[in-house]
Amino acid sequence: MTERSGVEVRLENLQRRYGAVVALDGLSLTIAPGELVALLGPSGCGKTTALRLLAGLEDADGGRVVVGGNDVTGLPANRRNVGMVFQAYSLFPHMVAWENVAFGLQMRKVGAAERKKRALETLELVGLDRYANRYASQMSGGQQQRVALARALAIRPQVLLLDEPLSALDAKVRGRLRDEIRRIQLEVGITTLFVTHDQEEALAIADRVGVMQSGKLEQLDSPVAVYSRPATPFVADFVGLTNRIPGEVKFGGVEVRGTQLPLVQKDVPAGAAIALVRPEAVTITGDGDASSGPLVGTVIAVAFLGATSRVTVDLGDITVLAQLPTSDAAEHPAGTKVKLALRPDPVLVDRHE
Amino acid sequence: MAAVTRGIQQTRRIKLEAFRAVVFVAAGIFFLVPIGAMFEFSTRGAGDQPRTLAAWQSIGTYPDLVAAIIASLELAAITTVAMLVLLVPTMVWVRLKLPRLRRIVEFICLLPLTIPAIVLVVGLFPLYNWMGNNFSDSILTLAFAYLVLVLPYSYRALDVGLAAIDVKTLSEAARSLGASWLTVMWRVIVPNISGAILNAAFLSVALVLGEYTLANNLLYNNLQVEIAMLGRANAGVSIAVAVASLLFAFAVLIAISFVGRSRRVRKEAITGLTGPLQGASS
Repeated sequence: MTERSGVEVRLENLQRRYGAVVALDGLSLTIAPGELVALLGPSGCGKTTALRLLAGLEDADGGRVVVGGNDVTGLPANRRNVGMVFQAYSLFPHMVAWENVAFGLQMRKVGAAERKKRALETLELVGLDRYANRYASQMSGGQQQRVALARALAIRPQVLLLDEPLSALDAKVRGRLRDEIRRIQLEVGITTLFVTHDQEEALAIADRVGVMQSGKLEQLDSPVAVYSRPATPFVADFVGLTNRIPGEVKFGGVEVRGTQLPLVQKDVPAGAAIALVRPEAVTITGDGDASSGPLVGTVIAVAFLGATSRVTVDLGDITVLAQLPTSDAAEHPAGTKVKLALRPDPVLVDRHE
Repeated sequence: MAAVTRGIQQTRRIKLEAFRAVVFVAAGIFFLVPIGAMFEFSTRGAGDQPRTLAAWQSIGTYPDLVAAIIASLELAAITTVAMLVLLVPTMVWVRLKLPRLRRIVEFICLLPLTIPAIVLVVGLFPLYNWMGNNFSDSILTLAFAYLVLVLPYSYRALDVGLAAIDVKTLSEAARSLGASWLTVMWRVIVPNISGAILNAAFLSVALVLGEYTLANNLLYNNLQVEIAMLGRANAGVSIAVAVASLLFAFAVLIAISFVGRSRRVRKEAITGLTGPLQGASS
């Protein structure tokens, strides 16, 4: 990995409204130089708006955008040094790949020979130098997005903005291109904001993941922390699958169907609550025929996911998901009685059913 | 089995070719017979005299006709340029920034279709009267009225072109790369709707060259008015000019189709590819 050379990006108390709809409600976020932050959230949470405000494609109603120590809040998009890859295919149809890549350089008055040289070098970086003379209509979706990435990088921007660049691609291409984007980002060392609604994509690619809801950041942390120590019930629900199991908060933990689990939150008042338990924290300890208890139930479905399988168990009053190695899950086909156990990982509790 | 399928496909292709040929010949007869008849009329000799091109040769000897031809060509050029300068940026801006106004702009642009030309004349006459007294009574002022007339046709042609591209994403991509709005328009939008612009321009030219009612009632002598006046004095020359103006319109249409074709050929020559890309992978 090369030394990181990006700049710090700060979004300070950004606000944006569309009529009565609040798209951003005082969003503050600092991205360290060379860091890749993924903004994750459901549709309408404000993640794309945040990215567009940073790009200068929309104006903020309040707050500041600071890039490399300079306040760029009032600068139009063409005077901010940011590169952007869009969700929709955005290559200029009348230009071949290298001309697309050279467009931003031409806007910066780079000479013709240097322009072409740099365009071809950047196409090489994304592995598409062989396709330099092709039009967008002669390339696949993945190739078009790679050229768009090269075009964004060719101008040597201070910040790279990626607005769901993989969402129009099929799953296999998406995974490959995601890894390639990360490789190039690390190689170039550019500060990057990646917007996506795909949690797997965000967790796989980012240094830190920001989970947004209703125009606010719910949590900004490393992918591992966001997944294993969600800060709010919304994050727990949105990132990964979660079992919502009724329990009771007492003795500094939560008792869930006879099992005492530690709490992520501090100072939670005692009383009834819903514990948010990850499927991988649920294990099958044995055959449920011989015993009865609060965690004994019947397998109603087994979903094969590859190396792991997701087993749905009916406990009578609720159903619980358990994620197990496929070889273990195979021992418990639908209809068999099983006994579950809950691994004592720290869990969140939610008071709202 | 494959041979049977190939045979069926060949039969279908032959039938399609035959259908095309029939339609082409029918359309050719429909267009060419009246023009041929006009040409025949314009070359008749007086009385028992043999055929002559005298009517065609004398076109240049009518100074009013020549002036009208030049004025109509100037009007076509001014109207077309004004229409493009007015419509293209407006339509792009409405798509980008004011999408809620799109229906209103469309309604305004299509409105002249519903207003008979003679009604337009009634509305425009006082304006042209005032303009003639205070500014200029040049025939070129007709371009204002013609601009209104060509709006519906040009709007439709340009709208089809703009609908075929993602104006918002392309403009934002260009903006993020450092392009000014003028550059976005000139370097990104216009090249991608060039076909639509050519179509709109052709419709505008054809409409202006064929316009009679407005010019005649506003007391200007454009090509069509002059042809009509000449028809009363010398029918042969009048018909010769009418045929020439039709042939000119056809020539413009063919020229436009060649421009489109040469663009395609150039694109294929650059890339060495003619069909959908095979083997393109991510």
